[in-house]
Amino acid sequence: MEREDLKSIVESLLFVADGPVTLQRLEEVLEGASKEDIRSVLDELQRELDTQRRGVRLVEVAGGFQLRTAKVNADLVKKFLGGRPARMSRPTLETLAIIAYRQPITKAEIEAIRGVDVDGVISTLLERGLIRAVARKDVPGRPFLYGTTPEFLQLFNLKDLSHLPTLKQMEEITLPEVPGDEVSLENTEES
Amino acid sequence: MTTRVQLEFFEGPLDLLLHLIKKNEVSITDIPIATITEQYLATLELMQSLNLDLAGEFLVMAATLIHIKSRMLLPAGDDEPDEDEGPDPRDELIRRLLEYQRFKEAADQLEQREILTRDVFVRSAAPVEETPATGFREVSVFELLTALRRVLDRLPKDNVHEITLEKITVREKMTLLLDTLRSKGKVLFEALFSEVKSRMEVVVTFLAMLELVKGCAIRIFQEEAAGPIVIEAAVGIDDALIAVENSEEEQHGT
Repeated sequence: MEREDLKSIVESLLFVADGPVTLQRLEEVLEGASKEDIRSVLDELQRELDTQRRGVRLVEVAGGFQLRTAKVNADLVKKFLGGRPARMSRPTLETLAIIAYRQPITKAEIEAIRGVDVDGVISTLLERGLIRAVARKDVPGRPFLYGTTPEFLQLFNLKDLSHLPTLKQMEEITLPEVPGDEVSLENTEES
Repeated sequence: MTTRVQLEFFEGPLDLLLHLIKKNEVSITDIPIATITEQYLATLELMQSLNLDLAGEFLVMAATLIHIKSRMLLPAGDDEPDEDEGPDPRDELIRRLLEYQRFKEAADQLEQREILTRDVFVRSAAPVEETPATGFREVSVFELLTALRRVLDRLPKDNVHEITLEKITVREKMTLLLDTLRSKGKVLFEALFSEVKSRMEVVVTFLAMLELVKGCAIRIFQEEAAGPIVIEAAVGIDDALIAVENSEEEQHGT
């Protein structure tokens, strides 16, 4: 495929996509184009949109690529779309941060850090699809372990969890791990 | 007055401690335990006098602080000046506060990113219009209590007005506040109390405000930390006015 054609079709696909598109998916659809070529036109497209200060930009988020409006136009876009997106309260945001950095983590462990009940906040976060139960901890009571979702990455424009900003004064970045004593969810999915 | 305001307190004792530490401009690693304990207990007392639901954790922390304070007051044995008798009794608390503070800062950092449906948008969905869970998004409850304490302190000391026969109800104050906001759009927190003469009236006004926040009729926010607190009409204000007026009619049978 001609490079300009490839760039053009990639742009079309990103336009119609619902959510971030993985490189792999693009490769599947665009037979005959190599991963390197696709990656290369993606980079070029991103640069062009940025340099030309277009209203739509290309971002790498949640393991894929997505077109998003330019931040500078936020107010008018909101006016156009109408409605007021709910702002996240500080306690909700803080709880989410704890889960993001310490996942997988139980409600009790979160409460130990925040010093207060987090039932309501957990419900809100589950409802918004920003966290989910990933497993149960193998201790008495078998409480749920929570972790963040791809929606969380999309909300905060993160490529993946390793791109979470470093916790201040932290020795290492906490990545999600699978502790040995975990039991995976089989018939215990939360609805 | 038997009105009891149920607030879902998302903020806990650690939030309160961090608020007090910041207010006193001291460092977490060297907390003046006596001062902080005193202010902490005073806040709890204020919250209880307002009939606010106090989570058990607040009381547990109160006990913890008192315990730490007593341990620090224990005299060193055998004339040994400042000999290390063991760990600083504040250590565990400091550790918890520092850890929590880290996540607060992490939350700040997350907030500054380009957030979907706030700063940037995608083609598929319009911003989700959700009902806010509570109204205390931008101002911490403890900031409000500090401001309330200031108002209370400014009242004349005589208690004559405590025996006043006027029955000011929370509902009346709610209507008053809603009317004010509908005409002015926003008011300063302090302005709510400019005409108020008694402690009872201050409390009733404050509770009316809390009820309206809970019902999402109004919003409370601060432009900057420790700056003036502003009260603003929110999306639900018209519905709230109708609701309050209806309940008022029911009460008086008009």
